Amino acid sequence: MNVFEFMMKDRAEVSTLVLEHVWLVGISMLLAIAVGLPLGIMLTRRRWQKPVIGLANVLQTIPSLALFGFLLPAPWLGARADRLAITALTLYALLPIIRNTYVGIAGVDPAIREAARGMGLTDSQLLWRIELPLSMGVIIAGVRTATVICVGVATIAAAIGAGGLGEFIFRGVAMVNNQLILAGAIPAAALAVGADVGLGALERRLKARW
Amino acid sequence: MSGRERSDGPAIAYRGVTYTVDGGRALLRELTLEIARGETLILLGRSGSGKTTALKLINRLLEPTSGEVIVEGRSTLRWDPIRLRRGIGYVIQEAVVFPHFTVERNVGLVPDLEKWPAERIRARVDEMLELVGLPPAEFRSRYPNQLSGGQRQRVGIARALAADPPILLMDEPFGALDPLTRAEIQREFRALQRRLAKTVVFVTHDLHEALLLGSRIALLEAGVMRGPFTPAEFLRSTDPLVREYVAAFRGGEAESTA
Repeated sequence: MNVFEFMMKDRAEVSTLVLEHVWLVGISMLLAIAVGLPLGIMLTRRRWQKPVIGLANVLQTIPSLALFGFLLPAPWLGARADRLAITALTLYALLPIIRNTYVGIAGVDPAIREAARGMGLTDSQLLWRIELPLSMGVIIAGVRTATVICVGVATIAAAIGAGGLGEFIFRGVAMVNNQLILAGAIPAAALAVGADVGLGALERRLKARW
Repeated sequence: MSGRERSDGPAIAYRGVTYTVDGGRALLRELTLEIARGETLILLGRSGSGKTTALKLINRLLEPTSGEVIVEGRSTLRWDPIRLRRGIGYVIQEAVVFPHFTVERNVGLVPDLEKWPAERIRARVDEMLELVGLPPAEFRSRYPNQLSGGQRQRVGIARALAADPPILLMDEPFGALDPLTRAEIQREFRALQRRLAKTVVFVTHDLHEALLLGSRIALLEAGVMRGPFTPAEFLRSTDPLVREYVAAFRGGEAESTA
């Protein structure tokens, strides 16, 4: 029996785990965007770029299994595995989003910014009409990187019982069953590639006109 | 600047303006100059002479270290910077038209910020595009990357004029254009200026352009102004620095006719 026959046989469980995986990644990405985008924008207005990006860098270097472990004793988070997994994934997704938002906006041609200010745009008009649209390609690239990272890291979430495709992988490792490992790894890889291609297309569409 | 009081004084006046950067270097020293309504005043000088600094003090992109800049009878520091800038057209080198906006949205930006009704903006955009020689039907929905350098510069001028500001600031607006396009757009701008009679402050390092467009020329060197001169006075002046400019200009003329 090859791995695809195996996956067909267990398709109910495969699809449950895929949905769990997508849910974990999706919620984490929404949270990471909701936090990272405003934070990245704020960094272009204030002078705390270094400490904030430094902190996000440090978070990124913590091994994922260790991060899940660190968060386990946290009072509200530790109570449910999915909360904990989502928190960890959000922390991982933050860095690329914050960094690309900051770099994208800071990279807008200063002459464009000056022209806009000289025409009497307020700071928020400058942000919404000029800076964000012009840096959207770079920001989406950050979301894309973060999503791909998240799809991968989310497989570790199974280690703390949060579900997702890591279930198959951990079970396969424990049972020394390659088919089981692949049944988790192949859909996870497909999700990562799909997110990458989809967001890549969005990134190109945003820049298509100019 | 709609609703501003129309005083009889100069449109713009520098009163003993010094601008110093951190570290104490003065980019502009004790500049005193009055710019009359409807004139085209040229700020001429080499790079680093302080001419762009002088320009940016008018729309309060910079604030004087000492002295004051009076626009329409009021110190720039007493203007709300946003209101001040909406009443001043601003054109800079490379015509920074916004690359993600169509020509129509670029030209209509300030009227849109001023919350004009859509119909009026559209009519105004068409009028402005006609004025700068870009047929609206052909150009309205193009993006800046589908325009030549000269066309982008025209869009920049149309945009600066769209909300009908009484004052226009131009910072080497034609500097990046090829010589033929530049000559063409300079002639057009001169004709346009005669029709519109805006108060124009125009920064350039090109004496030819200064003589062609200026009603008066203020020469800046290391932050200190000489003049202002009318073009005829400039050519006759005995000031050694002015003579240097004129000699370099005549030399260039001789070379190009040789």
